[in-house]
Amino acid sequence: MAMTMTGEVALSASRETVWVKLNDPAVLKACIPGCETLDKTSDTGFSAVVKLKIGPVSATFKGSVELSDLDPPNGYRISGQGEGGVAGFAKGGATVRLLPPAEGNDGCILSYDVEANVGGKIAQLGARLIDGVAKKTADQFFNNFAEAVKAG
Amino acid sequence: MSGTGIGARVLRKEDFRFITGKGQFTDDVNRYGQAHAVFLRSPHAHAEILGIKLDAARAMPGVIDIFTGDDLAADKIGGLICGWMIHSKDGTPMKAGAHPALAQGKVRYVGDHVAVIIAETQAQARDAMERIVVDYKVLKPGVSMADAVKSGAPVLHEVAPDNTVYNWALGDEAATQAAFAKAAHVTKLDLVNNRLVPNPMEPRAAVGDWDSGQDAFTLYTTSQNPHVARLVLSAFIGIAPEHKLRVIAPDVGGGFGSKIFIYAEETVCVWAAKKIGRPVKWVADRTEAFLSDAHGRDHVTHAEMALDASGKILGLRVKTQANLGAYLSTFSSSVPTYLYAPLLSGQYDIPAIYVEVDGLYTNTAPVDAYRGAGRPEATFVIERMVEVAAREVKQDPAEFRRRNFVRQFPHQTPVIMCYDAGDYDAALTKALEMSDYKNIGARKAESAKKGLLRGIGFSAYIEACGIAPSAAVGSLGAGVGLWESAEVRVNPVGTVEILTGSHSHGQGHETTFAQLVSERLGISIDNVSIVHGDTDKVQMGMGTYGSRSGAVGMSAISKALDKIEAKAKKVAGFVLEASPDDIEFKDGKFSVRGTDKEIDFASVALQAYIAHKFNGQELEPGLKESAFWDPTNFTFPAGVHICELEIDPATGVTRIDRWTAVDDFGNVINPMIVEGQVHGGIAQGVGQALLEGAVYDSSGQLVTASYMDYSMPRAGDLPSYDVGMTQTACPSNPLGIKGCGEAGAIAAPPAVMNAITDAIGHEGIAMPATPLALWRAIQKTAPRAAAE
Repeated sequence: MAMTMTGEVALSASRETVWVKLNDPAVLKACIPGCETLDKTSDTGFSAVVKLKIGPVSATFKGSVELSDLDPPNGYRISGQGEGGVAGFAKGGATVRLLPPAEGNDGCILSYDVEANVGGKIAQLGARLIDGVAKKTADQFFNNFAEAVKAG
Repeated sequence: MSGTGIGARVLRKEDFRFITGKGQFTDDVNRYGQAHAVFLRSPHAHAEILGIKLDAARAMPGVIDIFTGDDLAADKIGGLICGWMIHSKDGTPMKAGAHPALAQGKVRYVGDHVAVIIAETQAQARDAMERIVVDYKVLKPGVSMADAVKSGAPVLHEVAPDNTVYNWALGDEAATQAAFAKAAHVTKLDLVNNRLVPNPMEPRAAVGDWDSGQDAFTLYTTSQNPHVARLVLSAFIGIAPEHKLRVIAPDVGGGFGSKIFIYAEETVCVWAAKKIGRPVKWVADRTEAFLSDAHGRDHVTHAEMALDASGKILGLRVKTQANLGAYLSTFSSSVPTYLYAPLLSGQYDIPAIYVEVDGLYTNTAPVDAYRGAGRPEATFVIERMVEVAAREVKQDPAEFRRRNFVRQFPHQTPVIMCYDAGDYDAALTKALEMSDYKNIGARKAESAKKGLLRGIGFSAYIEACGIAPSAAVGSLGAGVGLWESAEVRVNPVGTVEILTGSHSHGQGHETTFAQLVSERLGISIDNVSIVHGDTDKVQMGMGTYGSRSGAVGMSAISKALDKIEAKAKKVAGFVLEASPDDIEFKDGKFSVRGTDKEIDFASVALQAYIAHKFNGQELEPGLKESAFWDPTNFTFPAGVHICELEIDPATGVTRIDRWTAVDDFGNVINPMIVEGQVHGGIAQGVGQALLEGAVYDSSGQLVTASYMDYSMPRAGDLPSYDVGMTQTACPSNPLGIKGCGEAGAIAAPPAVMNAITDAIGHEGIAMPATPLALWRAIQKTAPRAAAE
């Protein structure tokens, strides 16, 4: 089953600073909720282990994360897919754009456009919960990221 | 007379053990040294399997072995079969894709079986399952029937490049066209028969066992027909020859059709028992049941009915797409064809009918028989059609039906069936009285005052039960005969064991079959036991489905009892020193006609076994007889159900206010059990109409895979039923029985939907008519004013 989310957050640093953090595996690992490992496998690829709980289903997803459409410092596309064993699978991606700040403000605006797809037990048992979990997970990520940016 | 014979309202003998928790179900079977199996299922609706990595899983604690489709293939274990051959209208045979018990190279629905993990405990097997890595190449799925038939749609099976199993037709197309050409009015309707999950209380389970000393297998399984399971597992799948395979279906907690079929899990468990040299047990959890039990219904239909100026039906044409899922389940091909189209004449004298059915593959669970199997789908079409036709020509729906009823029997319909007996007027008249139809206008006005929409809906259903004459179904493509067997064993003390090929999984056979014996032999039902569900005890049988156990199973018992009576008369003749021709048998006593010499049944039984009074060369000792009964026709239970309900237009919530059911089941053995069957059937039919629906999203994920998302009817959703009966004896079996197991589920959905559409004033609502769907339908078109 598929779902989409969009949103934006105001960040306190310049686009150039944010861009560096968006490409830093350590920052991403700290910000992705439930991320246990995130290891660089190529210039734009990572392998990841993420633990997620959706309603009654708790699963560890092992998969890959790929960065594409790199356009520093304007944005990129981050996409990933993971197998959660019997819990099913999750895959999805987000188009992330860094926009100039509103007039009179510093920093920049990060906008995101996420689409995600899950299957297997997560879809069977969590259909009603999944939108909420996905939104919460995305919110957490971008809030964490905003905090990371603020922390410098 | 013992008071427990035919027609007695005796309490069910089996209920003591069921309500005290003493039943012995498959999950209660635990064999020494037993291991536990779990199945890794596909999370994808459609994917190629590029590889399966098992090493990490094999290293997990407690794991005994893991098998995949390759292991089954290496052992030359065949795929699951579909046992009813359907030919397309161009004469080509149906296109049955291979159905391996464990996937070989490809998965075709979410829940498809990829591997089996066998471990010391179920928990260890589940933990190990987490470590299996399957490399899937995900393919685009065809989830809805509309998707599956689009050009360029993903192909499920190479044998069916257009995902079409068959394009089948029945009836006279030219005659039907001619009927429409002279029609004064044509009613047209598009109908969806929603997909259902069967939901028996007990999920499926299996224990496979292998005796290394005898090289013989035993399978304990949740089956409605253990002999058919043995036949298929032996002759087609190749587990073992029949004399080396015993199948036991112990207490089974409901089936509704879903336990007729031979599934992957029991096949794998019994095969794996020999592979690992230990018994193998599998018990489905509820979500597995949602994913992998064969689903029911799922038709999309366009129907047209031609009427003359007086409202007489001239012809009917129907075009149906039937979703068969990703593989052909055991009897799936017959359900939307020969179990569906021959019932489209309903209770009506329709001169011309033409039906076309396309059976389609989709990336969803297999679809097969579910309570009513084809007949609910047919009844939904014809009963929605006549209701809408009556509305369009502004005739009272009851009178419109009456005008078109079949009145002379036998009646040959244009779609195979020959109705042998019935009185449709009588049922309608009684139902109208019981439901106080004449005051419906006043009740609608009362509801309107409260701001509620009241509607009334009819369903004058007919079904074909007691399946079925073997030669007839053979000519239609069935791979088996549909007779039934019975053996009557009289013990020396006069108690009786009945061995039957029917299988009880909620029907109450232990009571009703004993009532027949009580009636015939004049003994109490307490002196009768019913033995069923074990292929080592009962030689052969065809099982229980299609409301066949009374009409066919009991007829076999009756035939065997005829033989018992004839033999017992011979014994009594020797004892009473009279010719068997002069022996009368009545109320459990044998007497010499015109004398006061008599002997009771138990004494005759003893004499038959001690064999002191006759020469064992002239008359064989003992009292044991068997019989096979092959019916001469289907039976045709019919009746009228009337649903009256109120809808709150502000919330879309429906409350069923009254339910009148008048059924003609022929002769009735136990009215209490029959009424219980009617109650349960209506509950399932109301569930289909108002609540239930299996939903796959566009990627093929089953999003209604638990009771959080699949709504079953609860007591509060249902009214107190008003059940009545009419009776015309069935001429095609010695007991005059027609069968009652499916009637409610067949009758109810159109009764509910006719009432709802009466209430809201238009036809734009599909099942399930949930509060949200109804609220939207009410917003879409302003309801017509309630009757003043």
